[in-house]
Amino acid sequence: MHDLAPICALGGADPAIDTLAGVTLAEFPDLALASVSARQGSEEACRAQLKDLLNSAAPKPGRAVLNDPEAAFWIGPDQWMVSAPYASHADLTGQLKSRFQDTASITEQTDGWVCFDLRGDRVDEVIRLCANIDIDQMQTGDAVRSVVHYMGVYILRLDPANALRIFGPRSSAKSLHHALMTAMGAAL
Amino acid sequence: MSQKNRLDGGLIDRSEAFSFRFDNQYYKGHKGDTLASALLANDVRLMGRSFKYHRPRGVMTAGSEEPNAMVELRDGARKEPNTRATTAELFDGLRAESQNRWPSLAFDAMEVNDLLSSFFAAGFYYKTFMWPAAFWEKIYEPIIRRAAGLGSLSTQDDPDGYDKGFLHCDLLIIGGGPAGLAAALTAGESGARVIFADEDFLIGGRLNLESDAIGGMSGAAWAAEMVARLEAMPNVRVMPRTTVMGAFDHGVYGAVERVSDHLKVPQDGKPRQILWRITSKRAILCAGATERPIVFENNDRPGIMQASAIRAYANRWAVTPAQQVAIFTNNDDGHRTASDLMAKGVEVVSVIDTRADAPASSDYDVIAGGVIDQTWGRLGLTQIEVKMPKGGIRRIKCGALGVSGGWNPNVHLTCHQRGRPVWNDTIAAFVPGGTMPMGMTVAGAANGVFSTHGALTSGADAAKGVLSDLGLTAKTPPLPEAEDAPARITPFWHVKTAKRAWVDQQNDVTAKDIKLAHQENFRSVEHLKRYTTLGMATDQGKTSNIAGLAIMAEVAGKSIPEVGTTMFRPPYTPTAMGVFAGRAWGTETRPTRLTPSHRWAEEQGAVFTEAGLWLRAQWFPKPGETHWRESCDREVLQTRKSVGICDVTSLGKIDVQGADAAAFLNMVYCNGFAKLPVGKVRYGLMLREDGIVMDDGTAARLAEDHFVVTTTTGNAVGVYRHMEFVRQCLCPDMDVQLISTTEAWAQFAVAGPNSRALLRKIVDDGFDLSNAAFPFMACAEVTICGGLRARLFRISFSGELAYEIAVPTRYGDALIRRLMDAGKEFDVAPYGLEALNVMRIEKGHATANELNGTTTALNLGMGRMVSKKKDSIGSVLSERPGLNEDDALKLVGLKPVDPENPVPAGAHLMTKGTKVTAANDQGYVTSACYSPNLGHHIALGFLKAGDARLGEVIRLVSPLTGVNHDVEVVSAHFLDPEGERLRA
Amino acid sequence: MIITHPILGPRDSSEFVYLGDATLLDRPDWQAADALEQFTRYQHTRDNPAGPHRELWFHEQGDRSWLVVTRDTVTHEITQVEFASDVARKERSS
Repeated sequence: MHDLAPICALGGADPAIDTLAGVTLAEFPDLALASVSARQGSEEACRAQLKDLLNSAAPKPGRAVLNDPEAAFWIGPDQWMVSAPYASHADLTGQLKSRFQDTASITEQTDGWVCFDLRGDRVDEVIRLCANIDIDQMQTGDAVRSVVHYMGVYILRLDPANALRIFGPRSSAKSLHHALMTAMGAAL
Repeated sequence: MSQKNRLDGGLIDRSEAFSFRFDNQYYKGHKGDTLASALLANDVRLMGRSFKYHRPRGVMTAGSEEPNAMVELRDGARKEPNTRATTAELFDGLRAESQNRWPSLAFDAMEVNDLLSSFFAAGFYYKTFMWPAAFWEKIYEPIIRRAAGLGSLSTQDDPDGYDKGFLHCDLLIIGGGPAGLAAALTAGESGARVIFADEDFLIGGRLNLESDAIGGMSGAAWAAEMVARLEAMPNVRVMPRTTVMGAFDHGVYGAVERVSDHLKVPQDGKPRQILWRITSKRAILCAGATERPIVFENNDRPGIMQASAIRAYANRWAVTPAQQVAIFTNNDDGHRTASDLMAKGVEVVSVIDTRADAPASSDYDVIAGGVIDQTWGRLGLTQIEVKMPKGGIRRIKCGALGVSGGWNPNVHLTCHQRGRPVWNDTIAAFVPGGTMPMGMTVAGAANGVFSTHGALTSGADAAKGVLSDLGLTAKTPPLPEAEDAPARITPFWHVKTAKRAWVDQQNDVTAKDIKLAHQENFRSVEHLKRYTTLGMATDQGKTSNIAGLAIMAEVAGKSIPEVGTTMFRPPYTPTAMGVFAGRAWGTETRPTRLTPSHRWAEEQGAVFTEAGLWLRAQWFPKPGETHWRESCDREVLQTRKSVGICDVTSLGKIDVQGADAAAFLNMVYCNGFAKLPVGKVRYGLMLREDGIVMDDGTAARLAEDHFVVTTTTGNAVGVYRHMEFVRQCLCPDMDVQLISTTEAWAQFAVAGPNSRALLRKIVDDGFDLSNAAFPFMACAEVTICGGLRARLFRISFSGELAYEIAVPTRYGDALIRRLMDAGKEFDVAPYGLEALNVMRIEKGHATANELNGTTTALNLGMGRMVSKKKDSIGSVLSERPGLNEDDALKLVGLKPVDPENPVPAGAHLMTKGTKVTAANDQGYVTSACYSPNLGHHIALGFLKAGDARLGEVIRLVSPLTGVNHDVEVVSAHFLDPEGERLRA
Repeated sequence: MIITHPILGPRDSSEFVYLGDATLLDRPDWQAADALEQFTRYQHTRDNPAGPHRELWFHEQGDRSWLVVTRDTVTHEITQVEFASDVARKERSS
């Protein structure tokens, strides 16, 4: 084992957790991510592999499959983001490469993103001040790309529905955290 | 006496008394008052001064269309000029100052302008300040600036926050009067997702202002009951204090919610206002109508108001502007005001009706066929003179005059998408017509339906139409009984004998100005507007435009619809700049991107600079270093002597995979990639289709079907977009997949003769770093520090033996600390962007300064890289003759003849002995620095046929900064031209 | 504006980046005898219609699809939205 100590996107050794008026914003670093893009002509084979991996059909546009340990959400035509617990899947990319072989291009995305979980009964009010998405219509398992204060994000509705998972660019973690905290202060 | 004009009843909360200050006087009001109603209650009619002539002015309206009663609200940093007293909700401790007056509101020295008014007619500025031109900057502009403007700014930062938010709905209902309420109830009960917005703090529109019963109760009580019902519906969002101020494409609306304007200061963390972007499938505009004035002599005295406003103040706010009130009308609505005032115990001294067939009354005096001839009272109305129908003048004492010229539907939002309203003769007004914004329908008074019954019905009907469009079944709640009086009007716009009759009261435009503009041939209504400034004030002519059009039509011998209206544009009412900025101001105008070593660099005291959105270390000052050059020079020397480390994470990284990955790179880069072996890196030059260089970077082949491409920091987004364009639009049959991985990897350059020795201590045993096994331009996936996945590239920007090492970003902080620790024995130095820049200039490497959007591969000395054996973006057009002339610019090095001289970037190159003219220009300097290795300044630049002019002494000039000395043209490779160091 | 993405449905135009005339899909053959002329036209010559216009938009803050959007330049009415890759393939095969 190597002896380098990881840090969280916000810079701490431990994830940041903030609570305001019953809504909690928590940094969630225990997630390995890899993108899966079907090779041209192998779209069906790639979907079959995803189905095998997720125990569920590959997510459709705007949707996620929230299974354990592997989950996935749609990010583009024939393109998905797969996630799994970091502790058990630090080399998720390597694992997926052996599984998908030539049916898909796999790219490590783990540290490309900061992941925040926003949890509480009034999370929708917070999102209304952040992103131009129709949050009322968003059901558990929906996954949309949007923009929060000029930062591109993915927002997933989890189960139960009072929790949202927000992926933003890791280098802007502080700016995104600030934007979400400011919106919480204003909305709650 | 306190609140001597306060009447009984009304919708104010008398149990809550608020104290407030206007100018130097303290007054009392109640919760539910506006500043205007509270001032009127205290017998204050004079509230402001006009823009040009500083005429004393009072409140004219009871709503957002107010042209006159504008104040500076609050004080200190929160001071807000030009706030309409009619919409400012009263709160305890409110402070307001009148504006555009000196030294006081009652005595204003600038009132002298009024005496000189014959000089200030339409076009005054254009005529007066034209000549001589030299006077403009020194004399005219300062005079105009001093005299211009209304309120003054605090000049301090606004301490409050503003938010932007996003809402989505099936149906947006704009306006909460009877039509809006009926529409909201119908749509809400049918299950549609409804947003119901009204600019007022009390929803109900004119139901709150009229005395008519509705369904057996007062209009206000019914409105309150309906609002409560709507608020209980989970599918309806009721938004009071929310002005829908713009209709944009495809059902998108802008709305400003005044969250905290009615509070002394916003609650902790809460915004003052929110700008909502509302995405709607349908919208119903129920914005009501605005009563318009009749223009007559001295019609601007405090106390002369819209008749409907006097009625509104009496019914809703239990206030009368004076104890004796007269009415001047051309329609039946003026008589309603008279009846309502009588019912409230206010004395109605006379109703002057321009119509000979005016309805008679047993309750009050009616002068049928009379007009106002003159008014009296300097700071407030005291008397009117009526020209009697059979001749003669009658003088009537009164403190207020209500004027009713008929009603204009508030069509503004229907016109925000090119729409033009159409004329309706029955109500003598423009109504919505023509092209409407997508998805919008109009109901109630905004559509010219003026009775309460008509408004309720048309609102419900509009909602039913929307529901059927949306595929929802309409449930129609029963509508209450309400008045259904027809609108009876005989148009009458202005009293023709008037000399100084005010059309636009805020901008001081008179009927005479409009005639003069016509005389001077300003025939288009848009020209009239700009020449006279009619309708160009903060109220955008809501009350005044129509009278202006009518007068223009009359002098032009046209009808009003022939003259037409000017264009209506957002915002509907004045909107604070702060709310457009939202949270994006100061350092928050854009996100900040931090490199993985940021925290560590901060600990070292690094000085940061912005590159793209990234904060990058510029240099790392050591104790005792006082100038950036000291730090920079040391970092350069230490790196070239031993080893230096730089965080290069911000360079864009794009993962390119697929069977056709190499073919794809062949297409996007002008040089070839097909034959690049696995485990090797190649420099790539990317052209735009027009042959100009777009970007450069490296592509590392990690596997037969897998490359990692780098871009410059600033172009990462654009290059990725371009590569997706090539992939999807030009090469859709290639098997290639792209995704950005910029942030996923922390990447450090380790450069200098000891870089291999340093990395030897980090990279795990079993990986051969020797020059033979891992030569220049090699790449590999390795493990470090006992098993961490890493990527190693032997590439060099500094020109030294150098590597770039990448690890998952979460380990970047640990890696920089480990590298610095391991490098102690080599005297390792972290280096910043300044040292990086010096080292690349010493090596003649191009960056954004050279890839500046005008340069070609040929200019950069890389013309032969453009492969002609394959298709690639930009390859064909790079052959354009204009880009390939014999004297094309070439990248050269420059060094000063006198070593003390700098070679500043931006300076131009002139052949010795020629005059300094643009025609003689030979090129320019792009990048410059002091080279601590060479001991003098050096620079890169472009010079005509520069490659053939090495050794030439040339003149360097910058007339702007006084540079004028000789430099020698040399090779751009100042250091180690053979590249022996980087291959060591 | 709202652009109705072929698979994601209505999306706000602020998520997109505009490029221009969709004739950029018809890139000439680099080996044609008059390639320089053809590329010059391809690169620089554009119609500027007041009315329906086929143009390229990139869903940058979305699924990163390039789209061909048919938009009336006068009214902003959008009548068709297609994946640029589909259009490009179709044009190639025809």
